[in-house]
Amino acid sequence: MKRLLNTLILLSLPFGVFAGGGVELQRAEFDLSDKDSLQRGAKHFVTYCLGCHSAKHIRYLRISLDFDIEKDKVLKDIAPEGANIFDKMNSAMNAHDAEKWFGIMPPDLSLISRSRGPDWLYSYLKGFYSDSSKPLGVNNVVFPDVGMPNVLWQLQGEQKPVFKKVGGQQVIDKLVTEIPGQLPEQDFDRMINDLVNFLVYVGEPGQLERRSMGKYVLFFIFMIFILAYLLKREYWKDIH
Amino acid sequence: MKTNRWTDCGNWVLDRFPLTKFWNEHMAHYYAPKNFNFWYFFGSLALLVLVNQFVTGILLTMNYKPDAKLAFDSVEYIMREVNWGWLIRYMHSTGASAFFIVIYLHMFRGLLYGSFKQPRELIWIFGMLLFVALMAEAFMGYLLPWGQMSYWGAQVIISLFSAIPVVGEELSLWIRGDYVVSDATLNRFFAFHVIAVPLVLVLLVLLHIIALHEVGSNNPDGIDIKKNKDANGIPLDGIPFHPYYTVKDLVGFAVFMFFFAVVIFYMPEMGGFFLEHANFIPADPLKTPEHIAPVWYFTPFYAILRAVPDKFAGVIAMGGSIVVLFLLPWLDRSKVRSIRYRGGIYKKALVLFVISFIGLGYLGTQPATPGATAVARVLTAVYFGFFLLMPIYTRWEKTKPVPDRLTEQPSLEDRIPDFIETFNEVTVKTEGKSGFFRRKLNYQGLSAVSIRFLKKIKGSLD
Repeated sequence: MKRLLNTLILLSLPFGVFAGGGVELQRAEFDLSDKDSLQRGAKHFVTYCLGCHSAKHIRYLRISLDFDIEKDKVLKDIAPEGANIFDKMNSAMNAHDAEKWFGIMPPDLSLISRSRGPDWLYSYLKGFYSDSSKPLGVNNVVFPDVGMPNVLWQLQGEQKPVFKKVGGQQVIDKLVTEIPGQLPEQDFDRMINDLVNFLVYVGEPGQLERRSMGKYVLFFIFMIFILAYLLKREYWKDIH
Repeated sequence: MKTNRWTDCGNWVLDRFPLTKFWNEHMAHYYAPKNFNFWYFFGSLALLVLVNQFVTGILLTMNYKPDAKLAFDSVEYIMREVNWGWLIRYMHSTGASAFFIVIYLHMFRGLLYGSFKQPRELIWIFGMLLFVALMAEAFMGYLLPWGQMSYWGAQVIISLFSAIPVVGEELSLWIRGDYVVSDATLNRFFAFHVIAVPLVLVLLVLLHIIALHEVGSNNPDGIDIKKNKDANGIPLDGIPFHPYYTVKDLVGFAVFMFFFAVVIFYMPEMGGFFLEHANFIPADPLKTPEHIAPVWYFTPFYAILRAVPDKFAGVIAMGGSIVVLFLLPWLDRSKVRSIRYRGGIYKKALVLFVISFIGLGYLGTQPATPGATAVARVLTAVYFGFFLLMPIYTRWEKTKPVPDRLTEQPSLEDRIPDFIETFNEVTVKTEGKSGFFRRKLNYQGLSAVSIRFLKKIKGSLD
């Protein structure tokens, strides 16, 4: 018995060792029920992202319905000029130009929050730093050698990395602001959170409905359980 | 007797079709042991999940497009624009994982109570064939969303066939229908997933149940209830499946559906286990993901594959880990069926087996570091050791005397006073807050209870 226990302990030892690695992500703070934040996020997305990235799985109509804003207001405030309410969020850039300019078509962002996760998006958007060795002059802490320029640099300013030594190798410890941008840091963080909020929403527009519906379904199933249990008890009375 | 038109219609059918006979044989006059416990819910639950997969699957095919250019987007179309499409899709994706949870527990029940032993070998064989068909169904279904993990998972698994000497390359080419996983592969997998394999599954389920009803169900005591019959030839310890077990299984259905709905409505991705994060990126034949991991239910076998250094030997080991399950009825030489009357060595072996299976399952989801591979090798040895050494350690195990009639175990309801007593022992009352929250943890009581619990486990292992 003792030998068995020792074996078990030995066997379970390595499981803790495999964890870890990679740059630590910052936490995004977003709230899908905050419709103002979602609306701001949508506006930022159209202003700063839609030039290159599409979100082809969502229509402006859905945004108007889910965010409780008038269709006209969506077209005026959020959608780019000339868009129809039934249009999907398509980018104006075509693949041919994109490949000429960036070497690759910027990915569609409809599902980016589901494949990367909100914290990664938040850290990525805040993670650009000046690196003169790169063709676009910037690099990213969570996405090394990224092919995307820092489109928000005017707002954020420019960051430079502070290195530390880990095991004889230079590793980025943190980023510090080198040239301040147009937005104070707090406002910039809020803007990124709004963007992340919108991207999480776009990843699965039905998720709010899904969660709010869940409790009624669970209550209904619980009622069925009680009925089934009483029925079973009644039938099994005479079994001993 | 006066009959009305409806009963006339009914009788017209019954005169021409053996519905009554069928109903009696398999439901109303099928006598099942009366002491089925928790582990006996999973057979009927597997049937429930199968029906769920059929219904939701049929609905999904109405909007899904089996075309490499359209597949990924059509799934998103279902998720966003088809009415209730997200619910149907999550029921199907969660159902796939639930199917394996239910089946693994169903098979574990067999290991606990020796349900595979004579005379139920054929039931076990049909069950194993079902398991293999289910794995094929799940594997081919996983390609259909055409995400990165769908694509590269299929690429890795199909390329395993190329490890077979001489015919390997040709064989994998024949399976794919192309040199890489492509539109041709997607189309044939779709055909197999929605028509061929489901038909096989239904046929095997019928065979599994017919074989079961021929010899009768096993029970937690592993006793043959047909040895003690009353004057009418009805087993004394048997009760008709309908209504007793139909109403009992309804309770199981409700409990299962509760957990099922929790996953569907609150955690459909299950932290990347039920729906992998990388599968939200469309398949890209030119970009291999950093870390390819199959869905969780294949990972134990995948870990065995990776644990073996040589590719072909790894394929053999992975195949062997499933083939060896087929042989179980002949590997086990013990005189008794149920774990209740088995010797300590089988219980310990079973504990080690469960640890190795779960451990391999975990390692299969992780990147293969040297440390992880070393552990996977040990666990693979334990996995095979459980089966291959079984003829030796079960032949001489010291079994306990088996009673003639079914024993009575305290039911969950009977145990409630015990639970309350234990709760009172591990907590102490504090002043201030009201009700349930007034009680705080009592560490002394907690340690006493856990020591008692551990002693009990230790005792039950002998």
